[in-house]
Amino acid sequence: MKVRRGIFLLGLLAVLLLAPEAAHAARINELTESTMGERAVRFFTFQDPSLRNALAGSMLLGICCGLMGAFLVVRKLALMGDALSHAVLPGVALGFLWNMTKDPVAIFIGATVVGLLGAGTVQLIRSTTKHKEDAALGFVLASFFAVGICLFTMIQNLPGGNKSGLDKFMFGQAASLSGGDVMLLAVVTILSLGVIVVFYKEYLLTSFDAGFARAIGLPVKIFHYSLMLMLAFAIVSSLQAVGVVLVSAMLVIPAAAAFLLTDRLGMMLLLSAIFGLCSGGAGAFFSFVGRNLPTGPFMVLAAAGLFAGALFFGPRHGIASRWWRQWSRSARIQRENALKAIYHELESGDFVTEHVALQALAERRRETLEEVRRQVAKLGAHRQASLSADGETVSLTPEGWQRACEIVRNHRLWELYLTNEAQVASDHVHEDAEIIEHVLGEASVLQLEKRLNYARRDPHGKLIPGLNDIRRGHAAVTGTRATGFGSSAS
Amino acid sequence: MNSLFPPFDWHRVVVQPWSEDFALNIWIVVMGFLVAAACGLVGNYLLLRRMALVGDAISHSILPGLVVAFLIFREASTWAMFGGALAAGMVTVALIEFIHKQSRVKPDAAICIAFTVLFAIGVVMMSALESRGSFHIDADCVLYGEIAFVSLEPPVVWNGWELGPPSVLRMAGLFVAAVAAILVFYKELLVTSFDPGLAKSLGMRAGVWHYGLMAALALVVVGAFESVGAILAVAMLIVPPMFAAQLAGRLPGRLLLTVAHAALSTLLGLHLSVWLNCSAAGAMVVAGSLLFVAAWIGTAVRAKLVRIEAAAPQIKHAF
Repeated sequence: MKVRRGIFLLGLLAVLLLAPEAAHAARINELTESTMGERAVRFFTFQDPSLRNALAGSMLLGICCGLMGAFLVVRKLALMGDALSHAVLPGVALGFLWNMTKDPVAIFIGATVVGLLGAGTVQLIRSTTKHKEDAALGFVLASFFAVGICLFTMIQNLPGGNKSGLDKFMFGQAASLSGGDVMLLAVVTILSLGVIVVFYKEYLLTSFDAGFARAIGLPVKIFHYSLMLMLAFAIVSSLQAVGVVLVSAMLVIPAAAAFLLTDRLGMMLLLSAIFGLCSGGAGAFFSFVGRNLPTGPFMVLAAAGLFAGALFFGPRHGIASRWWRQWSRSARIQRENALKAIYHELESGDFVTEHVALQALAERRRETLEEVRRQVAKLGAHRQASLSADGETVSLTPEGWQRACEIVRNHRLWELYLTNEAQVASDHVHEDAEIIEHVLGEASVLQLEKRLNYARRDPHGKLIPGLNDIRRGHAAVTGTRATGFGSSAS
Repeated sequence: MNSLFPPFDWHRVVVQPWSEDFALNIWIVVMGFLVAAACGLVGNYLLLRRMALVGDAISHSILPGLVVAFLIFREASTWAMFGGALAAGMVTVALIEFIHKQSRVKPDAAICIAFTVLFAIGVVMMSALESRGSFHIDADCVLYGEIAFVSLEPPVVWNGWELGPPSVLRMAGLFVAAVAAILVFYKELLVTSFDPGLAKSLGMRAGVWHYGLMAALALVVVGAFESVGAILAVAMLIVPPMFAAQLAGRLPGRLLLTVAHAALSTLLGLHLSVWLNCSAAGAMVVAGSLLFVAAWIGTAVRAKLVRIEAAAPQIKHAF
């Protein structure tokens, strides 16, 4: 429901962005000489109608491409966007030829028809030849584009007609968006929002499990082509702002960033649209502030920044988060090994004293005193052990004692399990237990104990610390010895 | 619409290019053939590896490579350009692998992200340099090149022999290098493309061949770049091998057919461009695509005929 509300808000925003258009459907006036700061101020005060056009157009484009792109990414059709954005070029030329003006509607219709033709050709090549999807996409991309180039150069040689600005379709310039273009973008955005909200379940199903969708009688092909139709709408209406090559970037990058952050399609659609909107706004800002720079590349770079953010710092799949998890896990394992060594040292002294000499610890772990000091300092930082006043001995806090008991218990129980249940020789079980002792959870330990009939000694004859030892706290503190599980009577 | 398609004048379209305008057209045809053949040969291996769109990616992302090479060397020399393109190609491939391996983004989306971002960086750098007036790459040239300018280049003269325009010579060198590389490393390229598992068991390093192919790709694309532009270079990479694959199953046949397709599409394209008065490079790709469509329809019809023939005895039997 949250997602629905978000999508509704996006639709509302689209309408609001459109509102000033009615009043200011003026053409762009050329930007006058001014400093970067002044231009930034002008940007945020929304003084220029042309700027309002550019900004509204860029943001609408971001929403619309973001929504379509989400489907492309989950359907593994990312390069379909690339292919179609190149393939619509002859359609643009044909739309222009209709009445030799840059009539947005004629160009829109021409480009959409040719775009669908391209999508159909891809399917036809895939189904009637042995060529794979990549070749089919590449063929449609290149050959349609070449036809477009030929038509464009033929148009250049024709007499009459307002031909200027046709090259804007290549690289795009949001500042050249007219009120009509923005209106078209808004209509396309609202249309695709509406279709997606109404048929959300169907699109979800056909995107993720086409076989099942077919089995329950959904017309998968119709949903595929309706998506392609909306994709063509989105591409065609965005071409003027970002250009042929970078439309595919606006389709894929925000959606891929969203894909890294969530597992749910609804959330992904929402995030993708928001990312598209933000990068559209940022692109318009930078291209306005840095005078006369093309809008498309800045939009794409803003989107790429968002993607890089998601790639590195995404909470679950991000690279940095993964490193952090790995690092903190290995730090924990090191701490637990130090705790274990302290326990062993206490055990070798039969738990008479609660202090362990750092020197003895270093000898046991075959490490230098400095290393042991560092480890003990880390234990201290986690309140698991405390250093004595002279800095030569260390004692466990109740938390440290509990964790140390748990680790040793895990280790010895596992050794016993391997020897008793898996028939592994008792001198082969230590390494395995070294690894698993840090991973075993409380539930599996209890299960192990039950399985082993609450045995008291490990294969090497050492006592397995029991629950009582853990609960009781430090043996030396209470003045009793750790006696292993089953000594609850004492 | 009448004026869009000029009437087909046999003399103007077919005879004149080879009589009066011979000096102008011969280099266009040679250049077109060399570009299509060199790209097509490399493209065969891309197609086998299902990496056709990596070619698309690299052809776009060499743009920032060219700009950076210009910034470093302060001149638009050939070596700087090739070095920049090569580096950009490697960066693209590495970036695609990084995104694909380090996240759950699928390879197709990774390709799209990598090259569009690099292309965007290239466009931004280009327009920043242009606004300072220190550098100029024609934006149109990036997208569809200008093969007609080839014949206007001052020809290279060696020992009193007029060898030809420098870009044609460069492309010829690349074509010869591509042919030589395929002849020398035929077996390795074959095995790594068709059966990576076998290649690994034979001790071939898949990564080395992968990056080697990508380097070759970047080189032929930068050679093609100035004459046909980024996007039509993709066509030269993909369309000839697709045509060849439609007609031949075995690799040697495909390679030969690729070269034949390159020659045929160049010639047809030239006449098409003269007739329609349009971009020569664009027309060459259109001609090449039409050849593919013809081969496609041809094989489909033949398959149908074979099926009918196979069914024929039973039909006779039924009556």
